[in-house]
Amino acid sequence: MIRTEELLLNVGPQHPSTHGVLRVVVKLDGEIITHVEPVIGYLHRGTEKLAESLNYTQIIPYTDRMDYLSAMTNNYVLCYAVEKMMGIEVPERAEFLRLIVMELQRIASHLVWWGTYLLDIGALSPFLFAFNDRERILQLFNELCGARLTYNYMRVGGVKWDAPEGWIDKVKAFVKDMKSRLDEYHNLVSGNEIFLARVKGIGAYDAETAIQYGLSGANLRCTGVKWDLRKNEPYCIYDRFDFDIPVGQNGDCYDRYYVRTEEIRQSLRILEQALEQFPPEGETMGKVPRAIRPPAGEVYVRIESPRGEIGCYIVSKGKAEPYRLKFRRPSFVNLQILPKLLVGESMTNLVTILGGIDIVLGEVDC
Amino acid sequence: MSEEQKQNGAGPAEGETKAEAAPEGAKAQVPPAKTEGAPQSGEAPQAPPQPAEAPQQPAAPQPGVEPKQTSGAAPQPAAETQTAAGASQPAAQQPAAAEKRPLTDEEKEARRQAALAARAAKLAAQGGAAAGAAAGAAAGGRAAARGAAAAGGEGSEEPPKPSPNQPKLDRAVQLLKELVAEDAVEEASLNPFNDDMPTLVIRGEHWPKAAETLRDHPEFGFRYLRNVAGVDHETHMEVVYHLLNMDSGDTYCVKVRTNRDNPSVPSVVSVWKTADWQEREIYDLLGIAFPGHPDLRRIMLPDDWVGHPLRKDYVPLDPEV
Repeated sequence: MIRTEELLLNVGPQHPSTHGVLRVVVKLDGEIITHVEPVIGYLHRGTEKLAESLNYTQIIPYTDRMDYLSAMTNNYVLCYAVEKMMGIEVPERAEFLRLIVMELQRIASHLVWWGTYLLDIGALSPFLFAFNDRERILQLFNELCGARLTYNYMRVGGVKWDAPEGWIDKVKAFVKDMKSRLDEYHNLVSGNEIFLARVKGIGAYDAETAIQYGLSGANLRCTGVKWDLRKNEPYCIYDRFDFDIPVGQNGDCYDRYYVRTEEIRQSLRILEQALEQFPPEGETMGKVPRAIRPPAGEVYVRIESPRGEIGCYIVSKGKAEPYRLKFRRPSFVNLQILPKLLVGESMTNLVTILGGIDIVLGEVDC
Repeated sequence: MSEEQKQNGAGPAEGETKAEAAPEGAKAQVPPAKTEGAPQSGEAPQAPPQPAEAPQQPAAPQPGVEPKQTSGAAPQPAAETQTAAGASQPAAQQPAAAEKRPLTDEEKEARRQAALAARAAKLAAQGGAAAGAAAGAAAGGRAAARGAAAAGGEGSEEPPKPSPNQPKLDRAVQLLKELVAEDAVEEASLNPFNDDMPTLVIRGEHWPKAAETLRDHPEFGFRYLRNVAGVDHETHMEVVYHLLNMDSGDTYCVKVRTNRDNPSVPSVVSVWKTADWQEREIYDLLGIAFPGHPDLRRIMLPDDWVGHPLRKDYVPLDPEV
């Protein structure tokens, strides 16, 4: 008679397919997962505590390090919260620059996801393609603000640096190239039978579940819920541009893949319009008091980051430092659904499903 | 409500003041300014002016139209300024206010000047000493500064307009009172910084039922819990929930307060699953217990960590030092 026993397996915290320092403790019955326990906190730096002794401008670089694949949106959410409390007007040109970098960031972030996700599943070359194109975006950012990942670009009331001469044209050229590149990507991967076999119908959930778990971003839209904060609760100047919200139907890994790749296309659409309307001159900083002290009160703002709804809740007591600063991090909230999706799946699908959620551990742990 | 006020605010707080939403007419207006969070303790002298204000209130009972203007977490003082001025109240409180201001205002000089500017603006605009008095009396210089901010923000002559969210708030309070409990809602206000987001403070013991009502009742339909945050206000702790109705686009803020010594707020994991990790995070970093949570453990910090870092009195324990 064959003796069987449960196998306890630690995936991570140092494991390439966990995209950071996530540890997943799984119990296996043969190849079938019977229990999952994500263990997080390895990258917890206490950003929210640190922020309580820093002024708002000093906090901006800390936000870069939360979701380091999407530092621009993190910058924005903090500045937006403070601007909202203080009633600061942001000049037109600064708003355009913000929107352009945020959409470029979304593309860069989705490209990293696209490349590494396929790498997880076993396709090596898409990773090289994606990183090649992402590199161009990083170069653009580097030219704009002197950093490749942690930009510290935005300020309360505007942006730190104006676009250098010729920068807008370079972005235009990138957008043009990227459109055809995206078609190439689809040709390369999206119809591939092996790929489809790995993602179709895997890790599926319905809209009700997604809402129960508070999922946002592509994880929510893959179930058919048309909810994108750029449209539903417009911020910045998103209400001026035409774009669609791609949604899936089945809520499986393929639909998440589809939604993210389509979002790249929509971002390119937004960029085309924004670059066309970009004001040729103007201020990049609004009228900001020398000391940034939001009046006593509180505010919760939220924007659409590449990973979902990133929120910033500030409680101010009228000081230069926040009394309490809380970030609603989409990766943290989205990751909660992992045990539900994994139980009953085979071990091979762990990587597929985990990758499909698209987490960044710097943001999960904050 | 006024009892709660006394317990909770304990008078001497200099922290943010909160607008009352006038859910039930004049009664709601009696507490002049809900005080929460008293970071500085040497401010007991501020207590007297607050009761002194109470008689002022009935003079201008405008439950529905209570102005929720721009001025931040302290719309109350500004509101009072205007209501009192409108009713041309005698400046009975003026001396007291004038004396109090230097006492309470331990803030920066600029703030004080803003207060003066506010008073001047009010006086000029409404020609009544009462306005200045009310502004001063409301909550010391801080409040006056707030008033100045409001006045500067949208022009001091503009009459306060009731927010379009006011009926929603009134209706929410009414429904919760009917469906949950008469005393379920401690406070209700609109958050002027947040596009007049309706903000409700719900009593802890009624919170699970209120949460279910908020999710399931067709007039609320808050099936999506956006965010859960814990705040240590030093006098008390607070758990803040932001709820979203995806069909109507409404976002409400709901708060549940708890004491600081033995903080505990009923868990709502059974209502919104997304609360699971967010409650664990609050438990970990602030030490608020969530009875009813299926698996309340630390999530960010190691299990043997001592203390809760986001508490204001947290002292790091390092055994090697």
